[in-house]
Amino acid sequence: MNKVRIIARIDINNDSVVKGKCLEGLRKIGRPNEMSKKYYEQGIDEIIFLDAVASLYDRNSLINILKQAAKESFVPITIGGGIKTIKDIKNALSAGADKVAINTQAIKNLDFIKEAVKSFGSQAIVGSIVARRHRYRWEAFIDNAKHRSNKDAIEWAMELEKAGVGEIMITSIDNDGRQKGFDIELINSVTNAVNVPVIASGGAGNSNDIVELCKDTNCDAVAIASILHYEIENIKDIKHRMDINHIGVRL
Amino acid sequence: MNIVVVDYGIGNVQSIFNALSQFKDINITLTDKKSEILNADGIILPGVGAFRRAMEELNKRNLPNILKKYIREDKPLLGICLGMQLLFESSEEFGHTEGLGFIKGKVVHFPNNLSGKLPHVGWKSLIKQEESLNTTLFKGAKNDCNYYFVHSYICIPGSQDIITSKTEYSGINFCSSIQQGNMHACQFHPEKSANDGLNILKNFIEIVKTKNLKR
Repeated sequence: MNKVRIIARIDINNDSVVKGKCLEGLRKIGRPNEMSKKYYEQGIDEIIFLDAVASLYDRNSLINILKQAAKESFVPITIGGGIKTIKDIKNALSAGADKVAINTQAIKNLDFIKEAVKSFGSQAIVGSIVARRHRYRWEAFIDNAKHRSNKDAIEWAMELEKAGVGEIMITSIDNDGRQKGFDIELINSVTNAVNVPVIASGGAGNSNDIVELCKDTNCDAVAIASILHYEIENIKDIKHRMDINHIGVRL
Repeated sequence: MNIVVVDYGIGNVQSIFNALSQFKDINITLTDKKSEILNADGIILPGVGAFRRAMEELNKRNLPNILKKYIREDKPLLGICLGMQLLFESSEEFGHTEGLGFIKGKVVHFPNNLSGKLPHVGWKSLIKQEESLNTTLFKGAKNDCNYYFVHSYICIPGSQDIITSKTEYSGINFCSSIQQGNMHACQFHPEKSANDGLNILKNFIEIVKTKNLKR
């Protein structure tokens, strides 16, 4: 049985963990390394750090957070937000990241993804799609959900797969931070369109939302933030709830 | 006791260094230098990404010959992920690419008609083979232990006898770890597999220690 990975998504602004609603109105809620360490000790399967202000400010603090996390959390670590060059990826990987998540730069230049895959392998490159719903379709957004890309999110997922990404992370802008469940239709549209593993993100408010997502979609991993950051449920409880609902999970 | 992590420009050697740093009484060196590799008590061969590029990087540094010399002394080695695959004779990546050839067999892509997604990414338990009951690498590892995998290629050893575990993905039981003499290797990433993975690294250090005492 395949096990659905539970990923702690930690959005960072400078040296603080932030969380908002629909990727807006970001509030400071903690310190990145304290939180990542706590989640590791609770049994998280993976950690994703996302620079919410995408490198507009000081990059070094993010690299230091990553270095520290890699010293104390022995699970895969992904970093994203503002990655623009091959050198950015190299720096992230040598600081302890296993993968980088790329959104904006992929949309600006898909060849960058191809080059990154060639240099570091598919397993290191996660295509990140941040999508907003327009009736029955979704549009990919860039610059931390601030700007439109005019690209259909589902077609974009297929292009990213073709360019060689090893995984796709799909974040629903509409559901992010609202704690009312995932955009199941969006996740299904992506998993049906591609054959690489899909990480679902945006909307989890409790373990029932995760169980529902796993039952209704073919997603491979779930990125959660609010549940953990606001201590609604801990990782052990979430995994237990998944297990008793017959969803494969690492216990 | 010196453990060398072979740093040949491929993969996240820092993660392995960090994980090994949990254990006392060992010196860990990240290097591609001949003298340090030959003087090591134990070697870890890491690797992620493409087989051909990894072989190019190894060749550039004359590492195939240096590693061969190290192996000849029957000293412990642990290959991880692509580092396991490189030990074999060849890979079918890009048609045909020669490997280190320390272990008979080849590396092939998961079948094209596989129903599961690729790459195979995620946590899996192991189906231990009879041979693994004697291997110290899995000492203390319960059957429900989980390890993190990420790969699209699998090893097909020439001899079934060296397979210490298999792992199921999408109906296929692939070889997930091997042992041939003091050469150990695993398809998963022990350095990224939380406590279950750290236990594997701890066992490897024990293997190195035991071997060291005998010399």
